[in-house]
Amino acid sequence: MNIAFDLNTIWFVLVGALFTGYAILDGFDLGVGALHLFTKTDEHRRLMLNAIGPVWDGNEVWLVTGGGALFAAFPMAYATVFSGFYMAFMLFLFGLIFRAVAIEFRSKRPSVRWRRTWDISFSVSSILSSLIVGIALGNIILGIPLNAEHEFVGTFWGLLNPYALLTGITTVALFMMHGSIYTVLKTEGELHDRVRGWVNNTIIFFILCYVTTTMATLMYLPHMLEYFKQFPALFAIPFLNMLAIANIPREVLKGSDFRAFLSSCAAMLALMAIFGIGIFPNLVYSNPIAENSLNIYNAASSAKTLKIMLTIAIMGIPIVIAYTVSIYWIFRGKVTLDEHSY
Amino acid sequence: MDAAELSRIQFGLTIAFHYIFPPMSIGLSVILVIMEGMYLKTKKVIYHQMTRFWVKIFGLIFALGVASGIVMEFQFGTNWATYSRFVGDVFGSALAAEGIFAFFLESGFLAILLFGWNKVKPRTHFISTILVSFGAHFSAVWIVVANSWQQTPAGHHIVGTGVAARAEIVDFWAMLFNPSSMDRLSHVLCGAWQAGAFLVLSVSAFYILKKKHTEFAQKSMKIGLIVAAIASVLQLGTGHYSAIVVEKHQPAKLAAFEAHYPESEAAPYHLFGWVDEEEEDVKYGIKIPGLLSFLLHFDPEAEVTGLRAFPPDERPPVNLVFQTYHGMVIIGTGLILLSWLGLFLLWRKKLFSIRWIHWIFALSVLGPQLANQLGWFSAEIGRQPYIVYGLLKTKDAVSKSITAADVTTSLIIFGIIYLMLLVLFIFLLNEKIQHGPDLKDLGKEGQRA
Repeated sequence: MNIAFDLNTIWFVLVGALFTGYAILDGFDLGVGALHLFTKTDEHRRLMLNAIGPVWDGNEVWLVTGGGALFAAFPMAYATVFSGFYMAFMLFLFGLIFRAVAIEFRSKRPSVRWRRTWDISFSVSSILSSLIVGIALGNIILGIPLNAEHEFVGTFWGLLNPYALLTGITTVALFMMHGSIYTVLKTEGELHDRVRGWVNNTIIFFILCYVTTTMATLMYLPHMLEYFKQFPALFAIPFLNMLAIANIPREVLKGSDFRAFLSSCAAMLALMAIFGIGIFPNLVYSNPIAENSLNIYNAASSAKTLKIMLTIAIMGIPIVIAYTVSIYWIFRGKVTLDEHSY
Repeated sequence: MDAAELSRIQFGLTIAFHYIFPPMSIGLSVILVIMEGMYLKTKKVIYHQMTRFWVKIFGLIFALGVASGIVMEFQFGTNWATYSRFVGDVFGSALAAEGIFAFFLESGFLAILLFGWNKVKPRTHFISTILVSFGAHFSAVWIVVANSWQQTPAGHHIVGTGVAARAEIVDFWAMLFNPSSMDRLSHVLCGAWQAGAFLVLSVSAFYILKKKHTEFAQKSMKIGLIVAAIASVLQLGTGHYSAIVVEKHQPAKLAAFEAHYPESEAAPYHLFGWVDEEEEDVKYGIKIPGLLSFLLHFDPEAEVTGLRAFPPDERPPVNLVFQTYHGMVIIGTGLILLSWLGLFLLWRKKLFSIRWIHWIFALSVLGPQLANQLGWFSAEIGRQPYIVYGLLKTKDAVSKSITAADVTTSLIIFGIIYLMLLVLFIFLLNEKIQHGPDLKDLGKEGQRA
């Protein structure tokens, strides 16, 4: 098998890049949500919300754009996955809506009960959304039953299998790790010191989950390894991934919070790359009947559309990156509370 | 009801709810640009205070727009998988462009609008306001183009047959500038400007009635009034051209707008009425003979294709389309009269001394909201039984892997969540309005605080 770098492969990489961007960006704010209830005071919770306040809706735009790009480049996969994962996906959407509402509305009243309600909504919906993202990824790895028309023929409960639940929990753990490092980066004083203590715990939690998932994948899902076997150089990616994760506690100990955060981003990038290489060239692997799978060719739009969209992407993405970076630059530094805060 | 009917209800509910917010943010973004521009030009702190207040309202509306909008992006896939496969090649590029060009721009710079007052220079903040406004407008461009393609498909060819049939793009520019896209886009944008302008008018009128924040309210009202008056008149023109395009490309829809049944005859225009679909006639209405023919062709004798030219299963639900269409027209006319009456009174320097008109203005925010919703209902229901006009029927477009029970469950949860969102939105909007503009935004500190 040869990898030809054709349009379809480029779009596989680009759609993957958008979802990776989503995972890295919304990953930290979902993770902050998952950690939200571990804090002790109202001020700390406000600081955590304000650490993600200016950026969370921008982060979710990556999901919207990733979904749009998947629809545009691989409409068959978009249609199959979202109609197949109907209830799971609806729960994910409800989680995201609730989260948005909770972030916006928590600060509007000083009442303790009001805030408590929204704190719980925010945290539970963050965990739920992360869990469902992970369960979906797990099912994509495992494969879902498709018929000859590439329609999903399984059930909602079938999606909640042990392997998918494992990847779901792993995703929650990953986001918690990422979110705790982000919080360390964005806060100072008492909250900063407290969360620094959490970072190691979240890393240990993540590594336990990750090792279990990897073992399960190696034992039960050999189809994920095909490309790694053919191109042993690719093993550099899991190796770099471990290095990046190992580097996090080191940087935290040195007090280089920003580098710790970058390491966490690099680890997530590597994880998504491993996932991408594992499923390539399939988009939706059909299990048990593998020939019904949707891959980057039978699920794709026409070459003409892929070309038009590539032009749009080449024009748009550099601009998007330029101003996204500048906005993060403007809001760099530690969060402080003022009258515009949540 | 089957999954297809329930999915239609769900799509209608979620899109109608979502559509409360984007038009208001598009319209309000224009007004923010005007207010902040006036501040930078005149250096009068009152304009700074106005910008600060309306930015907060904008932030609230935007948040609701995002929360309800994420659902829209994925609902094509969840409930309308067959449709997604059919249109993906054509429709996808517009949606992807919307994400790349519009959403990132709007949401990114909104952070500066809301949180960047102390972090960037006033000029940079103003540029961010302009970019947010651009982003809001861009997002309307792509989504209306995609929707217009469903009304008047162009620039594509059909590949495959039966369930495997799908539209593929042949000419991107023909798709982008399909016969109805520009007329419908201008119609939608004018509606959005009205939604923003009348929101400003309403809140200002409320303050004037309450005798609170007088200078703030009067200045806001003037800006709102001018934008409202311009947008309302332009709306008349864009509506007119849209109707001409509908007659040319979707004659069954136009016939349903007016419940014009005769196969080919000069057509009257109804001011209002009730359609008896059994007897194929309009009851209890007032009609002006030949006016529709005149409006479309500048000739009261011109023949207009009627509903009998189409077999019954190719006609949209006539009375529903008729009522929503006429509701939109009546409200639209009212908005023109109201905004120009306001402008006249402003010119005669009587605007702020006549109390009753502020009662009308205070309620006028509902006008564009209703007209926008009714207009979309008539446009979308008028396209039935097709989802893509002439190419794909709505009943064939639904996902095959979902059941009526699935959709019922999601529909109930959507109903509850959206009701909650609406209550919270009104509650918070009210709270912001009751709180009013911040006094410290007028002080020296306020200018950079």
